[in-house]
Amino acid sequence: MSALVEIRDLSKAYTRGRQTVEVLHHVTLDINEGDFLALMGPSGSGKTTLLNLIGGLDSPSSGSISVAGTRIDQLGGTALAKWRAAHVGFIFQFYNLLPMLSAQKNVEVPLLLTKLSAAQRRQNAKIALQLVNLADRAAHKPAELSGGQQQRVAIARAIISDPALLVCDEPTGDLDRQSAEEVLGLLQVLNREQGKTIVMVTHDPKAADHASHTLHLEKGSLVESPP
Amino acid sequence: MKYLHLIRAALMRRKTRTVLTILSVLAAFLLFGLLDGVRVAFNSGGTLAGVDRLVVASRFSIIQSLPESLVNRVAAVPGVKLTTWANWFGGYYREQKNQMIIFAIGPDYFQAYPDYGVTPAMADALATTRTGVLAGKAVADRFGWKTGDKLPIMGSIFPNKSTGETTWTFDIVGVFQAPQAANRALEQQILLNWKYFDEANAYGGGQVGWIVAKVADPKHSAEIAQAIDALSANSDHETKTQTEQEFNLSFARQIGDIGLIVTAIIGAVFFTLMLLTGNTMAQAVRERIPELATLKTIGFTDAQVLALVFGESVLLILIGGLLGLALATLLMPIVTEASGGMIQLPPIGSRSWGMGIALMIAVGAIVGILPAWRAMRLRVVDALAGR
Repeated sequence: MSALVEIRDLSKAYTRGRQTVEVLHHVTLDINEGDFLALMGPSGSGKTTLLNLIGGLDSPSSGSISVAGTRIDQLGGTALAKWRAAHVGFIFQFYNLLPMLSAQKNVEVPLLLTKLSAAQRRQNAKIALQLVNLADRAAHKPAELSGGQQQRVAIARAIISDPALLVCDEPTGDLDRQSAEEVLGLLQVLNREQGKTIVMVTHDPKAADHASHTLHLEKGSLVESPP
Repeated sequence: MKYLHLIRAALMRRKTRTVLTILSVLAAFLLFGLLDGVRVAFNSGGTLAGVDRLVVASRFSIIQSLPESLVNRVAAVPGVKLTTWANWFGGYYREQKNQMIIFAIGPDYFQAYPDYGVTPAMADALATTRTGVLAGKAVADRFGWKTGDKLPIMGSIFPNKSTGETTWTFDIVGVFQAPQAANRALEQQILLNWKYFDEANAYGGGQVGWIVAKVADPKHSAEIAQAIDALSANSDHETKTQTEQEFNLSFARQIGDIGLIVTAIIGAVFFTLMLLTGNTMAQAVRERIPELATLKTIGFTDAQVLALVFGESVLLILIGGLLGLALATLLMPIVTEASGGMIQLPPIGSRSWGMGIALMIAVGAIVGILPAWRAMRLRVVDALAGR
């Protein structure tokens, strides 16, 4: 299987005031197409930073990242935004839905960046909501949905543009066990049946069990097994 | 347009705040509409400005009178078809707050001004009754006057020669009604015999306030005005002859520079509005940083996020502003009607609408630029992490 994400010698440092903190040290990693990778590690180990770099939300200090052959570390702000819109779906711990929009309208948001007509956008959003089993809640606003339902709306939004890569930052961190299981089951379905490549940051070993394999980060470096 | 629902959702996030902001914008543009109406009314020179009438007044001040003898010399100027004259007679009825608009008018006045709707019978009654006056319907209705009533007026300038007091008692010989709604302001006037005024006022006779010259062909007004002014050149009563519109404007300007006053008030209102809505927009964007970061994460570019916030600001001002101007449009005729024609506010014209809409967009742009810039510069990673 070919690598969808190729990370080579990747480092990331932040400057806070006078202090420079290196969060990632020379990380090299391949993530294959169709992989479901769980990234684990203690707080401050660099998991979210690595996820942000893979998702094109941040730029590395050094090293390279290629996703499906595109060197995203070389893209400028606007090009990177357009790349994200076309190639990556994001799922956050706190769902990050727009509170004033219905579930349907929230799912449609990424399609505003495409040339689809309003009717096509509506139709695609309906299908995505059916996929996450929320067709009957399309008109509900986020505040009218449970945490698990909101996360499923967020998943529908993440897959609406049919991206190859899904990046998930603690997608079950705010959910009870049952809702978490539903969300993880859904991610597994998307991975197995639709071939989505998923990179998931989690603290939860049970969540990581749903992934096809797990990598551990420790102080900004990948380690073979947890300490 | 496909982003409109995102802007609407942002505005509806805090409904009370949005409604209050729209109300303050509405109030500002209502004031703009009404004050602009006042400015236009003052700058128009009145609705009665006849194109064929020239007004001859003292070159130095409208309160400086002219010799009556000048009237015949003006009448002799080629191109002048008719002359008449008038004097301002200041005074009030019963209480000082009831200030009256009173003119002492010369003969043939109603031939020059058919706009008053004075019938030949009324004109005759005025001419043959020494102490007679004609009262406009609006002022007569306001105080319950009718033909045959005695009208005591406290003069504020001219004392009565016979009594030495400023109280004048007139006889109402008719109540006139302007035939055209546009001339309703005339119904606030009281017209008395200049002859009586001239003989009875203690400040001496043979003086007129201004002369009205009706010209045969308005195209020659400029040359005729020059010829009239030449009659008094280098005398102690040099004149300035103007079209009636120019004369009315200079009369109105004695109150003050209405344009400047209106601009100053509107300027202060809009400055306050910008501080208020600027603060509202800044607060609205601060509250929505995670949402804006989410949009950027999904793939919205910096420019698109800037346009969304900018559009939100302009739309907010446009909603309030258009409602304010529409309300001003509705209120204009009501104010005119309620004032009995005293305040003639013109309908808001396309120029005022255009200026208002341009002002809305400008205010929206000014108050939106900083929050929009902030939203554009937002770093997604920091915003998502709550930094």
